[in-house]
Amino acid sequence: MSDTHSETVAFMRETMLPPQPPPLAQSGAIRWLRENLFSGPLNIALTLVGLGIVWLLVGAVGPWLTHSVWNAGSMAECRQIVAETWGQGATGACFALVKHRWNQFLFGFYPQALYWRPVLAFGLLFLALAPLLFSESARARRVVLGLALVLTLVVSAVLDAPGPALAGMAVAMLGWAALVEARPRPALLASLVYPFAAAWLLWGGSLWTEAMALAGFAMGFVVWRGLARFGLFAFALAVVAAAAWWLLLAGPLAAALAGVLPLRLQPVSSDQFGGFVLSITIGVAGIALSLPLGVILALARRSDLPVIKVLAVMFIEFIRGVPLITLLFVASLLLNYFLPPGTNFDVILRVIIMVTLFAAAYMAEVIRGGLAGLPKGQYEAADALGLDYWKAQRLIILPQALKISIPGIVSTFIGMFKDTTLVVFVGLYDPLKAMSDTIRASFEWKGAYWEPYIFVGAIFFVLCFGMSRYSMYLERRLKHDHR
Amino acid sequence: MQTTAIPAIESDAAIEIVRLNKWYGTFHVLRDIDLTVRRGERIVIAGPSGSGKSTLIRCINRLEEHQSGKIIVDGTELTHDLKNIDKVRSEVGMVFQHFNLFPHLTILENCTLAPIWVRKVPRREAEETAMHFLEKVRIPDQAHKYPGQLSGGQQQRVAIARALCMRPRIMLFDEPTSALDPEMIKEVLDTMIALAEEGMTMICVTHEMGFAQAVAHRVIFMDQGQIVEQNTPVEFFNNPQSERSRLFLSQILGH
Repeated sequence: MSDTHSETVAFMRETMLPPQPPPLAQSGAIRWLRENLFSGPLNIALTLVGLGIVWLLVGAVGPWLTHSVWNAGSMAECRQIVAETWGQGATGACFALVKHRWNQFLFGFYPQALYWRPVLAFGLLFLALAPLLFSESARARRVVLGLALVLTLVVSAVLDAPGPALAGMAVAMLGWAALVEARPRPALLASLVYPFAAAWLLWGGSLWTEAMALAGFAMGFVVWRGLARFGLFAFALAVVAAAAWWLLLAGPLAAALAGVLPLRLQPVSSDQFGGFVLSITIGVAGIALSLPLGVILALARRSDLPVIKVLAVMFIEFIRGVPLITLLFVASLLLNYFLPPGTNFDVILRVIIMVTLFAAAYMAEVIRGGLAGLPKGQYEAADALGLDYWKAQRLIILPQALKISIPGIVSTFIGMFKDTTLVVFVGLYDPLKAMSDTIRASFEWKGAYWEPYIFVGAIFFVLCFGMSRYSMYLERRLKHDHR
Repeated sequence: MQTTAIPAIESDAAIEIVRLNKWYGTFHVLRDIDLTVRRGERIVIAGPSGSGKSTLIRCINRLEEHQSGKIIVDGTELTHDLKNIDKVRSEVGMVFQHFNLFPHLTILENCTLAPIWVRKVPRREAEETAMHFLEKVRIPDQAHKYPGQLSGGQQQRVAIARALCMRPRIMLFDEPTSALDPEMIKEVLDTMIALAEEGMTMICVTHEMGFAQAVAHRVIFMDQGQIVEQNTPVEFFNNPQSERSRLFLSQILGH
């Protein structure tokens, strides 16, 4: 108690206190250690146990890694080199395997002369995504565009892409990057065309096949917009029109156009796909398709219309109740019994559909959580302003619900991307199991267990960690509430 | 500034409510409400919590569905017809207790969204209108901030501007000052008084009795889902008729 005001109850401050700087943060390594690692008996014990575990791990794995051999022709040679250098009984990793067979982990049985095509498709993916994912930060977008351009060209050149292909690539990529920077809205159209371009690059064949498939979507869209005032009827008609186009007209028209102007790449069949080309193809397609499908399912599950709601619940609960492998078996084996004989329905396409449905069911639940997390007042404000259901969803509800759901959505993406390795069970060559087994089946690399897994695991980690970092960047960028 | 004369020139009613009944499950929240609001009329609805006053005004733009009776807003009856509902909603502005601004949009975007997407006003024009109303509520300099950066009073004034940007003919206020700090209540009430002076048709659920005395043509007192008493503010405050309103007034004015 100060004695200045003790004799009187009334108090009036005559001068306001000026703000003062906060006390200097007390830092220093020793202080940090004491506070975080050695603050009490239990903490000290845990720290020591932790250090012990780290020491054991490093002791076990360290020599194996530091003794690794990068130049050898077979496992036997590796072992000999390790024994000669480090003495009998020493262990050492044989990363020479990776050096010899990296291409099979990445490209499977894709023809070696055509490696530049998947590389280009992967590089273009970033051009297609840049205007969507980095729409607000010009700097980040330019870095992504520049890196995609340079790396694609360099890697393609290293992989012996023919000169004309390299030149065409450079022109196309530069043009597209310029379009993204100069006219972002038309660039979004180019992003819509990307899946068809990528399919053409990956599978080759006549460009007209993909072009006609795209034309079907375009026609459906035109029909839908033209008749938009008829609501659901317009949508149904658009689906019918597109289906009729694909079933009746697309094939003959593609053949006719190919006769007039043959734009062909050497075809590569689906059974030549493997390794990360396969994983990334399925993963990217699944991610791109499962998000919109998940949004629709989440909205359907919250619908007031009982039929739609029940259908959505049945679909989501059925898919979530069944292991992914079951769905993959259905896709690869059972579907053939039900389809008319002679139908050739590409196995990768079937797998993509199943993986998409599987991820969409989880996505729907994640997004439903986001929708439920929005205050009721947001719906009421949108209603009170006269926005109809779809406008309210698109402009008010979904932007906020998706933002809340970003961590869950990206987790689902990452999970799904890793699940693409399960295609090994339907005879496709995933990088983790099928490709490693194939390589181990050769005489030279018999007995290599850890090395392939470490290599494949490292690539998966880089890709998944990239997605995770992007989601954190996105969360930061969308943080407007400042609470 | 006591404007208690009810404008009698215009014959047609802005809002007509006839024998309105509403239940939440088995709970009878609104019982036989009859109410006609003339154009330009300003009504304050008062009453204890749970008396159904918020539910009543939320029925007027169909945020709540009524089970029997009629609500006719500006000649359009509210039924299950979605077209009618959207039409009424675009004519009736609403201000909520908790503002309900869209946190992912800037103040300006909050104000232009509905005019652009519902009224199909060109963006440039919508932005001009929005700035006009933001000036009117005296926060044009905040236009490019997000709602989370504003104080409660500022947010509520934005909410009023956002509703006005749709050029509504009727404004509903659902306890607009109940969630505000005492220091911010005045700025919001001043905005509402300015609006009242321009002749806007207003229905306001509020406990601000000073506001009611200053601008209302009529005070409606509700209890247990019924209209217990309605009168001019002068009469209602000086000479309440029912026992229930006397008790209510003594409780909110008695300290």
